[in-house]
Amino acid sequence: MASLDRVKVLVLGDSGVGKSSLVHLLCQNQVLGNPSWTVGCSVDVRVHDYKEGTPEEKTYYIELWDVGGSVGSASSVKSTRAVFYNSVNGIILVHDLTNKKSSQNLYRWSLEALNRDLVPTGVLVTNGDYDREQFADNQIPLLVIGTKLDQIHEGKRHEVLTRTAFLAEDFNAEEINLDCTNPRYLAAGSSNAVKLSRFFDKVIEKRYFLREGNQIPGFPDRKRFGGGTLKSLHYD
Amino acid sequence: MRQLFKDYEVRQYVVQVIFSVTFAFSCTMFELIIFEILKVLNSSSRYFHWKMNLCVILLILVFMVPFYIGYFIVSNIRLLHRQRLLFSCLLWLTFMYFFWKLGDPFPILSPKHGILSIEQLISRVGVIGVTLMALLSGFGAVNCPYTYMSYFLRNVTDADILALERRLLQTMDMIISKKKRMAMTRRTMFQKGEVHNKPSGFWGMIKSVTTSAPGSENLTLIQQEVDALEELSRQLFLETADLYATKERIEYSKTFKGKYFNFLGYFFSIYCVWKIFMATINIVFDRVGKTDPVTRGIEITVNYLGIQFDVKFWSQHISFILVGIIIVTSIRGLLITLTKFFYAISSSKSSNVIVLLLAQIMGMYFVSSVLLIRMSMPLEYRTIITEVLGELQFNFYHRWFDVIFLVSALSSILFLYLAHKQAPEKHMAP
Repeated sequence: MASLDRVKVLVLGDSGVGKSSLVHLLCQNQVLGNPSWTVGCSVDVRVHDYKEGTPEEKTYYIELWDVGGSVGSASSVKSTRAVFYNSVNGIILVHDLTNKKSSQNLYRWSLEALNRDLVPTGVLVTNGDYDREQFADNQIPLLVIGTKLDQIHEGKRHEVLTRTAFLAEDFNAEEINLDCTNPRYLAAGSSNAVKLSRFFDKVIEKRYFLREGNQIPGFPDRKRFGGGTLKSLHYD
Repeated sequence: MRQLFKDYEVRQYVVQVIFSVTFAFSCTMFELIIFEILKVLNSSSRYFHWKMNLCVILLILVFMVPFYIGYFIVSNIRLLHRQRLLFSCLLWLTFMYFFWKLGDPFPILSPKHGILSIEQLISRVGVIGVTLMALLSGFGAVNCPYTYMSYFLRNVTDADILALERRLLQTMDMIISKKKRMAMTRRTMFQKGEVHNKPSGFWGMIKSVTTSAPGSENLTLIQQEVDALEELSRQLFLETADLYATKERIEYSKTFKGKYFNFLGYFFSIYCVWKIFMATINIVFDRVGKTDPVTRGIEITVNYLGIQFDVKFWSQHISFILVGIIIVTSIRGLLITLTKFFYAISSSKSSNVIVLLLAQIMGMYFVSSVLLIRMSMPLEYRTIITEVLGELQFNFYHRWFDVIFLVSALSSILFLYLAHKQAPEKHMAP
């Protein structure tokens, strides 16, 4: 049972965006009844079939590490959190669709987690400003998830979704918008479930099949084009 | 306001407005005191401004803020969402009732005035505010030297931190392996067609007692172990954060700023001990000071040191400076404490309630500090306050302040002593 291979995925985001509900939904296919504050880190495990439906199908354990806290915490709390960021294979960034600040804080969250892993390449970032170049050679797959979709009125939905599309573009990541209290958003076969599955597959690939560090072909080209044309419309 | 709400958005402008208004009026009161000393503006206009200011503050503190607090608390509870207004009115009435009852055990009721007069309201607000002030000062007086002086810092080495981190990661690994077993069990159960539902309803519970699949029994057992391990991991996380904070403080104390604060710490600790001593004497000997420190200081210098200078001229300036310093430091200290407290307990759900609570506390704090500041001012400036606030038993308030201050200081000494003793033993054990 425990002899299956494992990958480690961090779930980061501000307090109260719904990380614990999300992790519970992903791992136990049930809605979390009584969400409470996460102190420290809570882990849950999801069993994932890599390349499902093909002859190369293999089962992996995906550990979802749900780290609690906020970006403005004291530096002692940040140092303590840093112990969880070791050897991370993927990062899920969670933000609240009703709270714009939580989306903006995602840049700081990703920097906090990635700075830990940039040490081997020798690039240490000392200021906390967002810099697109850092995400250019980022090897760790990212996924952006927006929660509390049900609390946005129909009229405002388009505007909010456009904003989050730009956010995901900045991180070079896929995005999923859902409501953690409703399992139908992640029902098997829906586009969200497909995106999720693709993300986990990418994480597993990076960890186990591309160990020599080659980039996925076509990856940098796509980013350059996307960055060029859409930069003028970037919503700040 | 921006400072307090850096990470969250305050949705309702009402809350912001109320907070700002409370703060503004409280500061106006202090300005009026300063004007009093400096004799700016006409005396009768000052009196008028006092009265008006006081009325508005009392209105806000007693009527508006509690009502809004009740309203926001009720909106947070999902059940009562429909009849919000009704329930918040009920809450407000309960608050008023307790507020009134507060006046009974204290000797502040004088039969001459009516029910809703200013004196009644101020006396009650004063009691609450004075208690609060005394609690905060008592705790601050003890906590301040404890924080500043490096004598109390425990010695933390890097090895300690690493050991604790390793334990934390080991606990996390154990949790993970158990969760893996649970996930695998659930998956095999699901594939075999047994859907594991939580028993719901009466019949469901009866059924689950008699026919429980071995898989689900296993699951509940493992779940309990996981819960215990998760609790342990939380404890370890908090301890590690604590150790990091102590290590930072040790490093900070080696710098110049740290040394400077260390020296201040010694100075403050002497001052705090003196204050506690004075409070004890006041209570034991049943004495309330009649003169203020400035005049006494000047008297002492004149009598013992033989220096001749114009008492009236100097006393005005010195008392102005002293009162100004007291006001500024108390405002600053209060805001800093509130900000720290707010960061620690804020969440996006209850931020409205917290802001209103803070506004309430701040208003009461300021009103009662006006009451108490009367003590530090020379006689001629006290008259305006005495006039405006009516016939309050000022001596009672000072006595009450001393009592609560003493109680709070002693209990915080006890508390800190216990916390200090307990901590090193936890880290020494492997």
